[in-house]
Amino acid sequence: MHDMSAHAAQHHAPPTSFIRKHVFSLDHKVIGKQYYALALVAALVGMVLSWMMRIHLGWTAAAIPGLQMLSKNGAPGGVMTPEYYLQLMTMHGTIMVFFVLTTAPFAAFGNYFLPIQVGAEDMPFPRFNMMSFWVTFVAFLVLVSAFFVGDGPSLGGWTQYAPLSAVGAVAGPGEGLGTILWAASIGIFCIGQLLGALNFITTTLDLRVKGMSLMRLPLSAWAWFITSCMGLTAFAVLMPACILLILDHVAGTSFFVASNLVINDQLQPHSGGSTLLWQHLFWFFGHPEVYIAIVPGMGIVSHVLITSMRKPMLSHRVLIYSMGALAVLSYMVYGHHMFVSGMNPFSSLAFSFPTLVITIPSTIVVLMWIGSLYGSKLRITSASLFALGFISMFVSGGVSGFFLAQPSIDIMLHATYFVVGHFHMVMGVAAMFGIFSGTYFWFPKMTGRMMNETLGKIHFWLSFVGTYCIFMPFHYLGMAGNVRRYSAFVVEYMQPLIPVHRFITVAALITGAAQLIFVYNLIHSRFWGQPAPDNPWEATSLEWSTATPPPFDNFGGKHPVVYHDPYQYGVKSSVGDYVMQASPEEVATVNEEK
Amino acid sequence: MATTIHEPPQTDPRRLPDPNHSGNGGWRNLTPADGDLRLLQDYSPPASSTGIWVVLFAITMMFAAFSSALIVRKGASLDWRHFTLPSILYFNTILLLISSVTLEVSRRRVAAFMGGLKSQAASPARWLYITLFLGLLFVAGQYAAWLQVSAEGVFLATNPSSSFFYVLTAAHALHILGGLAGIVYVIRKLGKSVLRRSTLDATARYWHFMDVLWVYLLLLLWMKL
Repeated sequence: MHDMSAHAAQHHAPPTSFIRKHVFSLDHKVIGKQYYALALVAALVGMVLSWMMRIHLGWTAAAIPGLQMLSKNGAPGGVMTPEYYLQLMTMHGTIMVFFVLTTAPFAAFGNYFLPIQVGAEDMPFPRFNMMSFWVTFVAFLVLVSAFFVGDGPSLGGWTQYAPLSAVGAVAGPGEGLGTILWAASIGIFCIGQLLGALNFITTTLDLRVKGMSLMRLPLSAWAWFITSCMGLTAFAVLMPACILLILDHVAGTSFFVASNLVINDQLQPHSGGSTLLWQHLFWFFGHPEVYIAIVPGMGIVSHVLITSMRKPMLSHRVLIYSMGALAVLSYMVYGHHMFVSGMNPFSSLAFSFPTLVITIPSTIVVLMWIGSLYGSKLRITSASLFALGFISMFVSGGVSGFFLAQPSIDIMLHATYFVVGHFHMVMGVAAMFGIFSGTYFWFPKMTGRMMNETLGKIHFWLSFVGTYCIFMPFHYLGMAGNVRRYSAFVVEYMQPLIPVHRFITVAALITGAAQLIFVYNLIHSRFWGQPAPDNPWEATSLEWSTATPPPFDNFGGKHPVVYHDPYQYGVKSSVGDYVMQASPEEVATVNEEK
Repeated sequence: MATTIHEPPQTDPRRLPDPNHSGNGGWRNLTPADGDLRLLQDYSPPASSTGIWVVLFAITMMFAAFSSALIVRKGASLDWRHFTLPSILYFNTILLLISSVTLEVSRRRVAAFMGGLKSQAASPARWLYITLFLGLLFVAGQYAAWLQVSAEGVFLATNPSSSFFYVLTAAHALHILGGLAGIVYVIRKLGKSVLRRSTLDATARYWHFMDVLWVYLLLLLWMKL
């Protein structure tokens, strides 16, 4: 009995039943679409939560109709209590970071396109892949179930700092069962992501077809590979942290709760724990997590821009090395979230320095994009507009990071809206724009229909202007001293800032409504969009050399052979100004990888 | 949206491909111009081989997190009480080490059998069963250790040292159970004569890693608890 090749590993017969085709599917394409659907639902839930938060911040005494049905105690008569504001905020952050920003750019698009871009028939462990989606789905259900139990979801923020998160129900509404559900959900989520990372890494290393050397992988494939390496390391640390947190709740241990803690005149039974320990464990995961959220977007944006510019990046290799450098450095900077936590002040130096160093590969990536764009004739499509928007958001949000990286300034800006503005722009909006760009770009390949370009452009401009209107003022608010995670601003010096909050709320509601244009476009085009050719963007990577949508085994039984680098644009070939990777045609190629 | 065909950019002649060879792959000749693909490298390691290293890396990170939590917690306050490890743990360690040896024996016999050796002197499946048995005995021994410790009145929340004892041994035991499931899978596949060598190798690597991990945990607990 001989050892069959790696390609045999993912052979599985085409499914026949409805359940096997659309529900419990082993096909990476179906799993990718399932992740996308989950991310879409999660994004809408997260967005609605943000609307409720924003309305309350602008008009604190206002009653939100219907809110009392969600929580009688949290919003009596529809007026949010401060605790309920924090509960909504916790769920907003958790849902958005985990179930949108980690799921859509990485799990959704990566699952769909990574195997195709390397030329494989499927991932090497399809059953683990299917398991990873359903585990993630269960995690989402567990998280959302917190809305409907006892006194609601946890109110500790997505960061769940101890001791608030560890002492249990005495700390406030949602701190008992709500926090346990949060920790259980995230622990389950970690398992799902680890299974996914296993498949991504093995696909990239072992399942590439003939001629597909590592340097010939498209930048999106490299981004997914680098992200999965980060995910493997980061999620494997978050899971034990969540386990220890649950034990502090249910088993009476004291990992994170120190001695002599008095809450509501009650001396807490815990003793000896280290509250800082939670922060170390969490942020060791938490900082790589934000790069997990953004690096796939960088890959998608690079991929889309190159196709739209009709020329390769100035240096393919430098972009790959920069993304790799971001991944490695991301583990050394996590303490910049803890400058004011009370740990040794000299450690601030140890974390501030790599934080400033990590701006270098980020800047290189941005300069590569901008430098490559210079002199190019960019084709303006919804996808390329959102890609440009990504660069804009990443730069605008990123430069505020330079200030936060310095402990001396961070002392003033920590836990203010300056930080909130920073991470929303650089991670939240930029990654969303990356998701939109990928959607407009790959929708034709996934569904066989084109999305409506006019609606796409309207969606872009409203989102672009809208998100700037929402998040730019946050920086000003932060510098003026507006503290974050407060449900209302009653102090004297805060009153002049209330009109700014109201402006932001109006902008948020309008921008949120604009997303409905996207949802409409998505659904309408799926059924009634213009039929799409196999290669509508005249792109070169392997996903465009197969049928639309791709057949069950991606390439119809024939393994492609790769003859070219991924981005041969601006050449003279028989099909136009590009030559596809799988095309055996010999042309005078450009910027050949040496 | 018209397709614009540009003139190829003016490239430095030194960078242009040699006209005697195709432009495909540059000087590394990844895909020969004459179309003879037999010269092309076509080997990737089996997916399970790469996959198991990925899994082991994740498990390492998980126990690294637990270890650092232990070290930090021990230094965080003065309530850490020394905890004597029950001696059955050392016996369990021997069991686990022997099970690694038996797994290696079975792996080599299967490999020899797959390589063509027709000798049926000792069926490899027997050694797999022995490994399985020893693994189950290990888990039972760990459970006995917990019973012994709890009979002395030391529970999960009694002291941070005992907390880490229970958490670390339980986490390791759960992973051992996963490894046993892998061995059962291998036995089933072997019985149906569809076992891939790479599957067996990956399972063996996982099991040996669990062994090494346990020795590390024992040392950590012995030193720190």
